[in-house]
Amino acid sequence: MSWDIKGIQQWGWKKHPAGAVIKDPGNSRSFKTGGWRTFRPVRDEEKCSQCLICFVYCPDSAILIKNEKVVGIDYDFCKGCGICAAECPLDAIQMVDESKLNK
Amino acid sequence: MAISNKLINSQTNKEKTGNDKTINNSKAVAIVGTDAVSEAMRQINPDVVAAYPITPQTAIVESFSQLVADGLVKTHMVTVESEHSAMSAAIGASAAGSRVMTCTSSQGLAYMWELLYIASGLRLPIVMPNVNRALSAPINIHCDHSDSMGARDAGWIQIFSENAQEAYDNTLQAIRIAENPDILLPVMVLLDGFIISHAIERVEIIDNDIVSKFVGDFNPPYSLLDSQNPVSVGTFDSLYGYFFEFKRQQEEAMLNAFKVIKDVGKEFGEISGRHYGLFESVGIEDAEFAIIATGSAAGTIRHLVEDMRSRGIPIGMIKLRVYRPFPAKELAEALSGLKAVAVFDRSDTFAGNMGGPIFIELRSSLYDLQQRPLAINYIYGLGGRDLSIELIEKALGELIDAARSGQVKQTVNYLGLRE
Repeated sequence: MSWDIKGIQQWGWKKHPAGAVIKDPGNSRSFKTGGWRTFRPVRDEEKCSQCLICFVYCPDSAILIKNEKVVGIDYDFCKGCGICAAECPLDAIQMVDESKLNK
Repeated sequence: MAISNKLINSQTNKEKTGNDKTINNSKAVAIVGTDAVSEAMRQINPDVVAAYPITPQTAIVESFSQLVADGLVKTHMVTVESEHSAMSAAIGASAAGSRVMTCTSSQGLAYMWELLYIASGLRLPIVMPNVNRALSAPINIHCDHSDSMGARDAGWIQIFSENAQEAYDNTLQAIRIAENPDILLPVMVLLDGFIISHAIERVEIIDNDIVSKFVGDFNPPYSLLDSQNPVSVGTFDSLYGYFFEFKRQQEEAMLNAFKVIKDVGKEFGEISGRHYGLFESVGIEDAEFAIIATGSAAGTIRHLVEDMRSRGIPIGMIKLRVYRPFPAKELAEALSGLKAVAVFDRSDTFAGNMGGPIFIELRSSLYDLQQRPLAINYIYGLGGRDLSIELIEKALGELIDAARSGQVKQTVNYLGLRE
């Protein structure tokens, strides 16, 4: 089922579904939560041994995998919790202040 | 013993005392108020009941549990460890598309507090009889309305009962009101602790088939268990912010409730002979002054008011039945032109001489009238303090003085308080 939420931010009160019930589940994919991040995990490809421990621990499935190898981090959903950096046995992931990256 | 067993031996009522003598589809029994409610629950036969016992509501859960154990209902009874859990289970079951009931009193209702707002915010038509009892401290098990009044802004419809018959009638009507697609709000049916809940009264139990037809089936707008049409319930809304819009929808549902409550009350009258509106008027048309009261006190006051009217005193009475939504417009219309009104409140707001909750709202309702009646408040019966005829007569004397002199001596009065 698809729910057309075009222009929802301007909707009047009568248009919203009663009780805030969403009849189009699974739409959290379109709700990008990367903006919550304060620290960004930055991966050093040289140091990475492809053990995939970061993938196992990531609570947001934000470690991108292709052909059983880490190919990057999904910054649309990574909230910057830092678990991957803490768990990486080779210190191949560093948490970098977002404000410094943006400048 | 389950009440239904008693009913089998009872006589079909031939002589009706109601206002419609042509209806003959009920049995008159002598039962306590809690059994009148559990009888209504038996006939409603809800899918799920989640409840926790608390005096004086306990007897409802007790006799309903017996009905479940005896297989007289198909209800799934969830015995929880607290009222917080009772309402939580009720919310989950209702979101799953079930017809759900629970019941409570006093501290139990207070313990449900945060869930009350979730039930109404999710627009779940849960029906909950609440046996009115004082809130601690000091600990007190007797009647006043402070428990349900504390939940007056929780987005629940609140309907007061005058006696055991009304507790039964209101419980049946509450299902229809709550589940109406224009409303979808939870409903509290209120009955006075002990005065109604534990006193044996004559109650007419309508035939099962007629009640089943009246109550009908619940058609939920969605079900959490419907895997073909999955939904997300209990969503988070703080980032984009549509919360305000959802609250306005709840107010709209309350506005819709005025008509639905009247329609359901009329339809119930057709099967029972007992017609219900938002409030009941006694002699208001030709009255110069009136009393507004709710719950069991209305019975005592009506007795006195009718006696005084027979002696030519121009007094009237309004028994407030529906407290949420508050029928401000209709009450103002009814009371317009009166010289003075006395409002009886069985709870206090502790707002600094503002009076009880009914007084505050009724006085506000009268504000836009060109000719406003004088308004006096009587707070009575807290913690079960008896409301005697003598006390009502004292209040009536003051009401008549105010109407004749055009002056209110004291706006907020504590009736029956030891000075």
